[in-house]
Amino acid sequence: MSQSKEREVVIRAKDLKKTYKDFVAVNGINFQVYRGESFGLLGPNGAGKSTTMKMISSVSQRSSGELEILGKEPNTQGPEIRAHLGVVPQKDLLDRELKVWENLMVYGRYFGLSRKWLKGKIEELLDFAQLQDKRNAKADDLSGGMQRRLAIARGLVNEPEILLLDEPTTGLDPQARHILWDRLFRLKEQGVTLVITTHYMDEAEQLCDRLIVMDKGEIMAEGSPAELIKKYSSKEVVEVRFGADRNESVAKELEGMGDRIEVLPDRILIYAEQGEPLLAKIIESGKNPITSLVRRSSLEDVFLRLTGRTLVD
Amino acid sequence: MTDLRFAPGKVVDPKRAVKFGAWRVAEYRFYSMSKWMGAIFAFGLGNPILYLISVGLGIGALVDANTGGQGILGVSYLQFVAPALLASAAIQGVMDEVTFPTMDGFVWDKLFFAINATSVSARQIADGVMIVALGRGLFTCLLYLGVLLAFGAVPFSSVLGLIASSMLAAWGWAAVMLAITARLERDEGYFAIIGRFVIAPMFLFSGTFYPLEQMPIYLQPLGWLSPLWHATELGRNLSYGMEIEPSMFWTHIGYLALLGVIGMAFTYPKFAERLSR
Repeated sequence: MSQSKEREVVIRAKDLKKTYKDFVAVNGINFQVYRGESFGLLGPNGAGKSTTMKMISSVSQRSSGELEILGKEPNTQGPEIRAHLGVVPQKDLLDRELKVWENLMVYGRYFGLSRKWLKGKIEELLDFAQLQDKRNAKADDLSGGMQRRLAIARGLVNEPEILLLDEPTTGLDPQARHILWDRLFRLKEQGVTLVITTHYMDEAEQLCDRLIVMDKGEIMAEGSPAELIKKYSSKEVVEVRFGADRNESVAKELEGMGDRIEVLPDRILIYAEQGEPLLAKIIESGKNPITSLVRRSSLEDVFLRLTGRTLVD
Repeated sequence: MTDLRFAPGKVVDPKRAVKFGAWRVAEYRFYSMSKWMGAIFAFGLGNPILYLISVGLGIGALVDANTGGQGILGVSYLQFVAPALLASAAIQGVMDEVTFPTMDGFVWDKLFFAINATSVSARQIADGVMIVALGRGLFTCLLYLGVLLAFGAVPFSSVLGLIASSMLAAWGWAAVMLAITARLERDEGYFAIIGRFVIAPMFLFSGTFYPLEQMPIYLQPLGWLSPLWHATELGRNLSYGMEIEPSMFWTHIGYLALLGVIGMAFTYPKFAERLSR
């Protein structure tokens, strides 16, 4: 952590709070994002991730607390800050009637960029987003994955210092997700600061150097995926299923095995440093699970530990 | 595939980016409109030609025959209705450009939220919508004027005055409609209601086809409220010299300007509020 303290802070939030009438969406959170890192906001729907993202995007004003983006005050310098942000909203918000290249041109013009410069940039972006052969297609005619890639390309047209991605792969098939992750990796390699909200733990593990786990508007934990897993979970997990009606009763009989047991409606999770010997022990004890699996601990387990709930209900 | 050449934060000058945002919003909208320019042109030209043939010449022949060739207030019926039709066309032109794009921006495709994620502010988006609306209104107005001149319905010397009075009414009306449309959270057939219960009555009760004074006194306030009536009165004065008191001349201008100022004053905060949710 001492290393990161020396790095330049591009986003600083202190006691950041957002309320809508009586509803507290974000409840006094503190975090910092450093230049060049990939920072994640992980949490279930309604955790306050998107609200936090809107405040970082400098479009939604905070109710109280402090927020500084690129050294500026978003409440009064929103347009100046947004000149250096790239935003990929949860819903792509593309102009469906315009062609792919026109979407990029129009968006670039909002930043005051010249048409001449944009022409070259658009070629680069189409290449990066693997949309060269779709340049003259209407945005409406693209697949979901292509629309997402176009939205990311659009978010990069102003060569932003920070790229904000709100649930970047929600609704995409596995192949489209992997293509997108690859694109985001490349951006990170080029020094772009990424801020990503997601409720997919695999996505957070793949993309984020550091993340905050949010629930009900508050930060439950902060650190790198590996740090969080190490701190809040054991190395491995044994998943066993005995049928929905038996899981609860079998779990009581398994008490004392492993470091910790979590009972979910469809399965039992037993946390241990070594999963295979533990599973063998369970089977030897005469309890025959319908299915069993030994896997590495993930952020899903961290979230379960912190909140008692799964990320995707 | 090649990697991006990327210089984060270097290509955009924030000071330059925050200026002229309204014009960039307008540029985008004009670009979108250029794709159906043929339809805009055909409607802008076809509408006045059909109106002038049916109302100006058709009904005009009947009116002029029944007034012993005196027409109305000393001018032919065509000359009488021409300023009203012109202002009405300008109002209709801006109406289309403040209502549908605003609903699209906030409700249907939510494109305003994408624009607001750039260095363009909420106020600039509202101004951009208004610039395009006035552009469309002016375009319609010019086409209409061309046809009116061809029909000999207005003198050439009144062209600038007629454009000014029609566009002032168009701006006042557009600002009010923009403020109202910005408050619509859902599409519930609102435009059909406005068309049937506001636009059509405004057209009929604004002294368009006959002097407002012909109406019973208890119906005349409908005309007084209507921007079309104020623009029509100004237009008739500027076109064929219909006499109006100087105080009324300035009252008409003041009323239309007031609508515009009030409309925009209610528009800006609502745009900012909706885009910050």
